[in-house]
Amino acid sequence: MSDRKVLTFVLMDAPFESARTSTALRLIQTALDRGHAVNVFAYEGAVALAFAQQKAHANAVHGCNAQEENHPLPSTWIAELIATAAAAGTRLDWVNCGLCVDERGVNEAVAGVRRGSPVDLWTMAQASDNVLVIATR
Amino acid sequence: MAAGRSVLIASEDPFEHDASRLHALAIQLRRAGHEVTLFLVQNAVLAARATCARSGLPALREAAVEILADDFSLRERGIAALELHSAVNAAPLYVVIQLLAAGRKALWT
Amino acid sequence: MKVLHVVETAYRATLEEQDDTVLWLLQVLRVAGAELAVLLQGSAVSYILRTQDASGLAFGGWHQTRPPNMATQLAALIHDGVPVYAVEEDITDRGIRESRCIGGIRPLTRARVVELFDGFDQVWQW
Repeated sequence: MSDRKVLTFVLMDAPFESARTSTALRLIQTALDRGHAVNVFAYEGAVALAFAQQKAHANAVHGCNAQEENHPLPSTWIAELIATAAAAGTRLDWVNCGLCVDERGVNEAVAGVRRGSPVDLWTMAQASDNVLVIATR
Repeated sequence: MAAGRSVLIASEDPFEHDASRLHALAIQLRRAGHEVTLFLVQNAVLAARATCARSGLPALREAAVEILADDFSLRERGIAALELHSAVNAAPLYVVIQLLAAGRKALWT
Repeated sequence: MKVLHVVETAYRATLEEQDDTVLWLLQVLRVAGAELAVLLQGSAVSYILRTQDASGLAFGGWHQTRPPNMATQLAALIHDGVPVYAVEEDITDRGIRESRCIGGIRPLTRARVVELFDGFDQVWQW
């Protein structure tokens, strides 16, 4: 039996609002590093995590320009994880709930992220070895 | 799906959010014969110090719940390994992935 | 695959979304053929009340025409054959009277929650 599993994560938090985001992405990274295939269903605020129009900024309090500040952008993190998956010979299938995208006006996502629905969540879950829901509060 | 094995991932600050329900669930699962790991991440690790009042950890240890704490979350909050309650072991986050891959029922609170 | 969905948070963005979005998602999963059950705990047990009324929200000339109604959402799931459980102690703690609740809810003591967990392949905590 293969040690490589298929794991599905459900995320709900909007960017820059909760430590759950960085922990979730750390979990996904560690899963990919170990060769597991990962599905993500981004629901509600989490559909904005991959929004391609996020922009880094300077920080006058730090005395840094935008480049020096190197402010994290979740969309960059996700793009890196998608690349990590490809390099590791596995996959990260990131699906944004389409209605949630429409409500929030975040229609442009980084490459490799696709639009879907809760039916995709069920399809992914059925084909997974396990599912972890990281709900918002 | 593995029967009778669970991982409960606690992320909330136990000083701001009542953790007693989660602890009670962990103990009930153990009494029902389940193998249970409580994995602390983020502000949930604030309960991990040996000097912490009202952590609820002794009761969990007594019930043989395995208690792990994300080593990154501990370091982020300035909690050194030497300060940890004897019931808690620091662990890398990939342990959660191992437990998920092993088919444990997984609840995040 | 049978999944137990634990719903605990109540009234989170329900006015903006016109639904409890977790219950809504479960309604979609059910239509997609998912075999599921719901466990309401914490303040989400409030959703079993028939008497919830969120009507009347207005901002300037905008008036909400479809306010959320979580009791209706639960009734729809029950009608679709989805078992909906609610933790008895959480109901009692909140002083909720059975006479004001929708029908079809299955009360469950906290002590029996683990037994419920064992009947499902996965438990998704929302």
